This record gives sequence, structure tokens and C-alpha cells, in this order.
Amino acid sequence: MERTYTRRSFLKAVGAAGVAGSTLSILACQPNTTPQQGGGGGGGSEEKQLNLYNWSDYVAESTIPSFEEKTGIKVTQDFYSSNEELLAKLQAGGTGYDVIVPSDYMVSIMIKSDVLQPLDMDKIPNFENIGENFRGLPYDPDNEYSVPYQWGTTGLLYNRAEIGEIDSWDAAWDPQFDGKIAMLNDVRETLGAALYKLGYSVNSTDPDELAEAEAELKKQKPLLRGYFASTEVRPAVINGDLLIGHVYSGDAFLAVSENPDLDYIIPKPRATRWTDNMSIPKGAPHPDNAHKFINHILDAEVGAKLSNYTYYSTPNEAALPMIDEALKKIPTYSPPPEVFDRLEVIEDTGEATREYERIFTEVKSA
Amino acid sequence: MTVKTGPVHKGVSRLPDRALLLLAALVYLFLYAPIAVLIAFSFNSSRSTQVWTGFSTQWYGELLRDQSVLDAFETSMIVGVTATAISTVIGTLAALALSRHRFRGQTVADSAIYAATVMPEIVVGVSLLVFFVAAGFALGVTTIIIAHVAFTISFVTIVVRARLSGMDRSLEEAAQDLGATPVETFLRVTLPLILPGVMAGALLAFTLSFDDFVITFFVSGVGSSTLPLKIYSMIKFGVSPVINALSTVILLVTVVLIFGGSKIFMRKEDA
Amino acid sequence: MEGQRSGWSLRLAALLAPVTFWLGLFFVVPLLLILAYSFGTSGVYGGITLGFNPSNYLKVFDPLYLEIIVRTFVIAGINTLLCLALGYPLAYFIVFKGGGWRTALILMVMVPFWTSLLIRAYAWVVILSGNGLANKTLQFLGITDEPLNLIFTPQAVLMGMLYSYLPFMVLPLYAALEKFDVRLKEAANDLGANRWQTFWRVTFPISMPGVIAGSILVFIPSAGEFVIPDLLGGSQTVFTGNLIRNQFLQARDWAFGSALSVMLAVLLLGAILFYIRKVGTGKLEGV
Repeated sequence: MERTYTRRSFLKAVGAAGVAGSTLSILACQPNTTPQQGGGGGGGSEEKQLNLYNWSDYVAESTIPSFEEKTGIKVTQDFYSSNEELLAKLQAGGTGYDVIVPSDYMVSIMIKSDVLQPLDMDKIPNFENIGENFRGLPYDPDNEYSVPYQWGTTGLLYNRAEIGEIDSWDAAWDPQFDGKIAMLNDVRETLGAALYKLGYSVNSTDPDELAEAEAELKKQKPLLRGYFASTEVRPAVINGDLLIGHVYSGDAFLAVSENPDLDYIIPKPRATRWTDNMSIPKGAPHPDNAHKFINHILDAEVGAKLSNYTYYSTPNEAALPMIDEALKKIPTYSPPPEVFDRLEVIEDTGEATREYERIFTEVKSA
Repeated sequence: MTVKTGPVHKGVSRLPDRALLLLAALVYLFLYAPIAVLIAFSFNSSRSTQVWTGFSTQWYGELLRDQSVLDAFETSMIVGVTATAISTVIGTLAALALSRHRFRGQTVADSAIYAATVMPEIVVGVSLLVFFVAAGFALGVTTIIIAHVAFTISFVTIVVRARLSGMDRSLEEAAQDLGATPVETFLRVTLPLILPGVMAGALLAFTLSFDDFVITFFVSGVGSSTLPLKIYSMIKFGVSPVINALSTVILLVTVVLIFGGSKIFMRKEDA
Repeated sequence: MEGQRSGWSLRLAALLAPVTFWLGLFFVVPLLLILAYSFGTSGVYGGITLGFNPSNYLKVFDPLYLEIIVRTFVIAGINTLLCLALGYPLAYFIVFKGGGWRTALILMVMVPFWTSLLIRAYAWVVILSGNGLANKTLQFLGITDEPLNLIFTPQAVLMGMLYSYLPFMVLPLYAALEKFDVRLKEAANDLGANRWQTFWRVTFPISMPGVIAGSILVFIPSAGEFVIPDLLGGSQTVFTGNLIRNQFLQARDWAFGSALSVMLAVLLLGAILFYIRKVGTGKLEGV
């Protein structure tokens, strides 16, 4: 026969479970990932481990093994899929990573939200390999917190055999390509394209200019297939589903080399050049090793192998001679100065960011 | 008395049965159409999962060499199996409690179970991360498992409850009358009876865990990348057919196990 | 209900202890955090200052956001109905016509979902694209002359959601139907009922808990969906899931994102409770 207990015994049972739980949590506190946060400086006292947080497939096959061989430091690579997620994780306290690879505007946001630690340039002598055009960019004018990794442009990939030559953003608004145009699902790039088309800066925070850009996007939307990731646009243009696609240069170069009917332009009047960088987050357990790794990437040969694999452009001047001929042949791979001058760097827009987001949400909902 | 239902082809003589068979076949076709395409592209000769350029088995070789994918798969399996096991046990116990007892606070308990399913993943992910950091938990496979259990318990509970509701208790009562202890009754009578429901719940929990991305991203630590983390991170440069190759292998192994297991099990029943 | 025990007991406490502990610690506590965030103020670069700022909730009532919430609920509802329409016959088939293959058949429903949603979505793009299988088949059968615009449409999004959530409906239905005692069907037949009557008056009511459970398990996650509208819809529809994600990530407005989430959670919970009371036996424990 059962006796009925009171609520008190329920609480006792829960309490017992709570004790068990606390024990579990204390056990969980045993670091099961990499141990002690290295207390900075002291050369040689760090364990031989490096935690890299990067995009998938953003290192060549030889990049990490050559580093491990040279230094004896074991590399663990983990993956994130967007700058914003990376930031949110760091801000919420997710630590343990030594090197991260944020994009340009994200570097300035990270600096302002204090999640990065300064670089010790004495430990990165290979920095001298970086070309003039890639030093001291607006988001980190003294390269205090970041060093360029890869760069590229954002432009239009199109089917030259079908539609002939195009040269400006107007083509992406042309009604004769109705249903065969795609733009990027990236607020800065797509709103940026509208701003460029109107002759404004991609970093505009002027409400009137933004309102005009919003109107442009709303005009464009009925003509679009949709807003996509760059790698989703690429196959669609290759197989003819799309005639014009808004893409990153690396995808464009891959597409052009697969299908000679295609061409990639850096549209007039202006377009974006973006730069991915390497930084060291605050609280990194192995900052010394992090510097070594960054220095390794900046080596001329490593940099060349990297770019030959990713098909993105390298900021590493010393690496340029070793880039594959197939890539160097493409005029937009290393744009001449007059084209280069038309390129703008995306910068953080501070308070206006939320306005940008709101506009994009409204356009998409329209 | 056993529930007698014949093998598939029996009793499909009349029109409604044929219509049912056709519909079921169409649904399976619907479910497996993208699978067929996915398998096909695992043999693509270029690095595209959407543009066919020719036949090649290179991606299977690539799969064996790609340590990051294999590690991610291993982590996903460890997390999936562990989280499913824990979650199924806890969820089943909770379902038994809620289905078979009437008590004060029951509405709150029920609502809490449902409430655990309504929060968007990013919110759960960010808040769990903040909580783990504040509580001093080290991020890693353990935190992923904890999070996965947390968001799958409710699903198990709800599924098992669907099984328990209105269930005939006579067998259990008979066992108890014959002197079995509650634990014995549970293990030897109740559990076998509700096993399909428990299995359905476990299946759901595993599926949710295996493909979870958002929550896992936030609570994972160094070296604990799961397969979805690796795969979604590939969007920037394009998902390579290596993933298709891995999926094909998984599918093949699973299907072999399922049908092989069923055959053996059915033969055992006949014996 | 028959066979139910009343009141608290040690057994009840033991059964409830694990779930109370786990959800209490790893769900309720983070939830309280979100609640606190929803009244906070977001920093420009992310992060939150706690305080009492109800303006985040007021922002939810902006017509732009309300429209998104309404649209999400409508699509989630349609998706639930579609999943029921397709999932019920499948579950019925597996349980009653599956015989010894029942377990294999239900497992085969789940197996596709052990491959990443991302590559299955890409496969759908291939199937539904201009010169993909779907269009080629339609043209071959003479149903259409020209390729139809199938992918990156709202219809494709709905199909994608049906595709993603079908198992959430099939599994609970399977669980509920599986306990069905065939003698009841035979008894009904003996008493002169035809197949339809047997189904509607005997089988379906018994499967009701499965229908309710399945509907809830489809509706709720559908309301939070954000991947399918982007992958199969060309990001041309914004659902609540996209909006909330957007607030936490791109807009870095954690306070507003939290307020949205709380609102969504309250709405969904209210919808469930209402649904259960209406469609269930009138009491929560009927499910």
C-alpha cells in the first residue's frame, strides 16, 4: 500500500536531485577542452596548442600541416558560419579561441565592443609582405588588432554570351532580365549596391540617401529571383537559371574558369572591396602561438598556396608571383589602379546599423 | 491474443487499400527524392553540389582524408547517442508522471513541458551560453550534450504521452495483482507495451540533436565541432560533395542495419 | 481518468525529479535571463544594460513586425494541416499494413533526416530548378511546354516546410495508433459498421492524442523556422524566426530580440493551451 507524501517530500526529492546536479556541475567544470588560459607574455611557457576559429575550407590543405611541422604546435580548427554569430558568441562569453578570422567591418565592431586584444607586431615580422593598399585600412588604421588574410571584391557575375557586355549596377535593375537576377542576402552589400547605383557611399548614414536606396531596392525586388549566399548564386549563373548574379570575387573566378560564357565585372560607379583578417580575441589561451600562426600565414609561399586554394585575392605582395597563372590572367583578380580607386571599404555604421536592418527587413517583406 | 497484421501485400486487395499504398509510396518518394539527388552528386566530378559535370569517385577518397569532417561526424554521434539516451529516460519518466497522475500543479507542469519547445533556437543558444559562462562550465562536448537534452526532453515527453493516453492498463494491473513490484511491473510489462512510443520519442530526439546547428554553435567549445557546425560553415565557400559522400555512406549503413535487423527480428519471431 | 493516481506521492516526485532538475536549471534559468534582457537596453555594438525598459515590447507592435508574426502563424498553421493530411495516411499505413516491417518503415521515414538539411535543400533546388527533374518530368508528360518557376517561390517554401516537419507529425501518430487494439475494429465490423464508420468512430478518436501531439510538434517549430525561407524561398519572405535571428545577429539588438521571443513564446503557449482545451478532452491531461 502506498502512503501519500506531502509536498515537503517532493521538495526533498528535488533537493536530492539538486545536490546530484551540483555535483555534476562541479564535475563539468573540469576543463574538457584546452586547459589554463595562458597568462600572456613569457615566451615558451605556453603549451604547444593553437585553437583556430575559422570559416570552413578557408585554409589550404598544406597550411596547417606546414605550421605544425615547423613549430610543433598542434592546431585545432573549429568553424563558424557568419561574422555576426562569431561576435555574439564572443560577447556572450564564449572563449577558448586563439585566432579568429573576422571581416573588415566586424573588426571595427569587435574593437569597439572590446573583444579583441592588441597584436604585438614584433612577433609578426612577415607583416612587411603585406602590400601598401592593404595596410592601415579604415577599420583598423594602425593594424593594432588585425592583419589582412584574404581580400576580394563584390560585383556582378553575368552571362556575357547571352546578354552582351554590361558595366554598371544598372544592369541589375534592368527589366529585360526579369526573374533572372539575384542579389546577395547581405544588407551591407545589397543596400550598398543601391547606394552605389545612386552615386552615394556604401557607408552612408544620411536618412534621405537611405530612403532613396530603400525605394530602389523595392523597385528591384519584383525583378529578382531572390537574395542568396554567394555560393548559391554561382551554380545558378553557371547553369543558366540566372543571367546576372551579385557575387563575391572568389565565386566569380571559379564560375568564369568553369564556364567561358561568363564574365565578372566590378560595376560602375563604385563597388565594394572586402578584406578578411586575422585577430586574437581577448582571453585567448595561447596568444604567443597565435602570433606565430599569423606570421606563418603571412609567409609568401604559405600565402600563395592559400590563395591558390581559395581562389580569393591575396593581400600578400610577396606571394603574388607564386599565384596560379589561371588566376592572374583574370583582369579583376588584381585590378589596375583606376579600377582599384573605385573600390570602397565597408565600415561600421554604428547606430545606423539598425536602420539598415529595418530597411532590408521591409524590402524583403514587401 | 496478438495484434495480427499481415505482411504488406496482404489485405491490399480493395480500392481504399490500394489508394493507401499509393499514397504511402508517394510520400516515401517525396521524402527520398532529394536523397537520390544528393547521392548522385556525391559522384560529381567537380566541387559543386548543384551543377553536374561528370562522374567521379574522388569525394569518397577525399572523405577518408578530411579529418575535420570525420571528427565532426564522430562528435555528432557521441553527442547524439548520449543526449538521446538521457533525454529519452527523463522524458519517458515525465510522460508517465503527467499521464498517470492527477496532482496539484499539473497544469503548470504540462505548460512547462510545452514552454520548453516554444523558445527560438538563437535565444536558447545565447542564453545557455551566458548561463554556462556565468556558472563556470567549461564549453565542450558536455555543454553540447546538456543543451541537447534540455531541448529534446519535451519532444520525447509529448510523443510518449501520445502513446500512454488511453492505454489499456489491464496487463499492468494483472501483473501487480500477481505480486510484481512496481519496478518489475514497469520493466517487464509497461516498458515493452510503450516501447514503440519510447522508440518514436528517441528517434525524434536523435534527429533533432544530429542536425542541430544554432544552439550547438553557441554552447560548443574548442575541438567540439559537430557535423552541422562544419557543414553550415561551408556555405561561405560552397558545400563540397564530401558531405554528400559522407551522407551516402551514413544512409547506406543505416538502411542495411534497418533491413538486416528487421529480417533477423522477423525470423526470430517465426521460429 | 481511469487508473490515475491522485495527489502527490514519492513515486510521482521521483518520476518528475529528473525533468524538473534538467529543465529547471537549463531552461528556466536561461529563460529568466531572456526575460531580463527583454527589459534591458541594447548597446550599439551588442551587449545589454539591464534595467527596466518596456520600449522593446512596444516596438513589437510596429506594423512591419506584426505583419511578419501574423504571416508566420498562418504559414505554420497551413503547414500543420498539410502535415496532418499527408502524415496521417502514412502513419496509418505503417501501423496497419506494415506488418513485421513496421519498425523498418517508421525508421525509413526518419533516415533522410539524418543527412543535413542544407544539402537536402540544395538537392531540392536542383530538382525544382528551370531545367531540373521536376520541370523535365512535367514537360515530358506533356503537362507543360515551358519550364515553370518552381523554386524560390512561396510555394517552394511551404513545400520545404512540409518536407522538414512531416516526421514530427508521423512519429506521434505512429506512437498513438500503434497501441490500437485490432479487436476493436473487428468488433465494430461485426456490429455492421463499414470501413469509413469504423475509421471515424473508432480509429480516429483513439488516435486523437497523436493528432494533437503531432499538431503541436509541427506548429511550434514551424513558427520559429528560419532556414527554409532563405534556402528555398530566396530569402524573399521574412518569418518570425528570421526576424528574431536578425535582431540578435545583424542588428545586435538583444533587448528587442528577447522581447520578440518572449512575445512569440507567450502567443505560442496560449495557442497550444487553447487548442488542447478545444480539441482535446477538455483537460490538459487528456493528451
